[in-house]
Amino acid sequence: MNINATLLGELIAFVFFVWFTMKYVWPPLNGAIEDRQKKIADGLEASERAAKDLELAQAKASEQLKEAKAQAATIIEQAKKRENQIIDEAAQKARVEAEKILAQGQSEIEAERNRAKEDLRKQVAVLAISGAEKILERSIDATAHADILDKLVEEL
Amino acid sequence: MAANGEALTTQGYIQHHLTNAAVGEGFWTWHVDTLAWSIALGLVFILSFRSVAKKATLGVPGKFQCFVEMIVEFVSQSVKDTFHGKNALIAPLSLTIFVWVLLMNFMDIIPVDFLPSFAQWVGGLMGYDPHHVYMKVVPTTDLNTTLALALGVFALMIYYSIKIKGFGGFMKELYAHPFNTPWLYWFNFILEVIALIAKPMSLALRLFGNLYAGELIFILIAGLIGIWQLPAHFIWAAFHLLVIPLQAFIFMMLSIVYLSLAHEDH
Repeated sequence: MNINATLLGELIAFVFFVWFTMKYVWPPLNGAIEDRQKKIADGLEASERAAKDLELAQAKASEQLKEAKAQAATIIEQAKKRENQIIDEAAQKARVEAEKILAQGQSEIEAERNRAKEDLRKQVAVLAISGAEKILERSIDATAHADILDKLVEEL
Repeated sequence: MAANGEALTTQGYIQHHLTNAAVGEGFWTWHVDTLAWSIALGLVFILSFRSVAKKATLGVPGKFQCFVEMIVEFVSQSVKDTFHGKNALIAPLSLTIFVWVLLMNFMDIIPVDFLPSFAQWVGGLMGYDPHHVYMKVVPTTDLNTTLALALGVFALMIYYSIKIKGFGGFMKELYAHPFNTPWLYWFNFILEVIALIAKPMSLALRLFGNLYAGELIFILIAGLIGIWQLPAHFIWAAFHLLVIPLQAFIFMMLSIVYLSLAHEDH
């Protein structure tokens, strides 16, 4: 066992290597490792967040779908109701219209009949007068005897 | 190796393998093989890690970057688990100790004769007597290396103890513990100083002892049992593969623990 100057040489080498490691090796290596750890942690966190977001979005989408379906059902129901209503209304309107047309027709017929009656009456009056003229063999002054003629028309 | 002549007995072979290539006299002897291998391995460590650190990307890392980051992450986790203060030195120090010691220990796995006989061959070509060309390739089997590491850690322990607790606080830790009565302070002091010095000593000797013993067994297997050394080498190498990272890890872990204790203020 001989301790000698080699010890000093080794000590100097040791100090130099430690100094070099401390100055130029450890900080960049450890820094890179720690930065990467942080990056990975961030990435994991982000992916977790994304997965949660996706889940949330899916839940939202299914909810919206359900809502939309419900809405569609309501709309269809409303439409059916409205359809029935429109049909009812149309039928109602048609009936009213028909009644109106019927009434109009009837009143027209009435008016026509009245007019025909009037015409007939007047023709009868003329006939009566001409008949009476023939009977009397003389002309009756239509204006002078208008009152009698009118009375006659009234009676017919 | 047996071709090297009559001087090469088994004892001589083992002796040869346990001798460093040395330059100088007395204390000023330099183990050039230890220094060269340890510094070369240290450079391999800092340069390879630096090359990764320079182009460390946030994106998908390459395979070598992954490997380096794995080691960094492992050391970082060990430091975080054990050391609870705030000190930018501890983690790089631990990384240096771990990787450097690991690399130096791994030299043990290279078959014991490869590099020494290569050195002998080169030495022979250069005109030296091959019998006196020594090459010990595992720096951690040299007590100088392990002690240098341990003393480095020890110096930091003392420095941070005084920095965090003050000189008085550090002294008080030495004499007012475990018996907190004034007339036993001298006794406490002896105990605590021994305990304090035992820390770097145990650190240095544990690593040295494990690797020296491992190396010695490789040499014994190579030198003593002839052809049976082939399976024996394999078995011992497989076992030694566990010891190598374990010792590097223990050295790092204990350094962190000792420095953590130095930071604790009672």
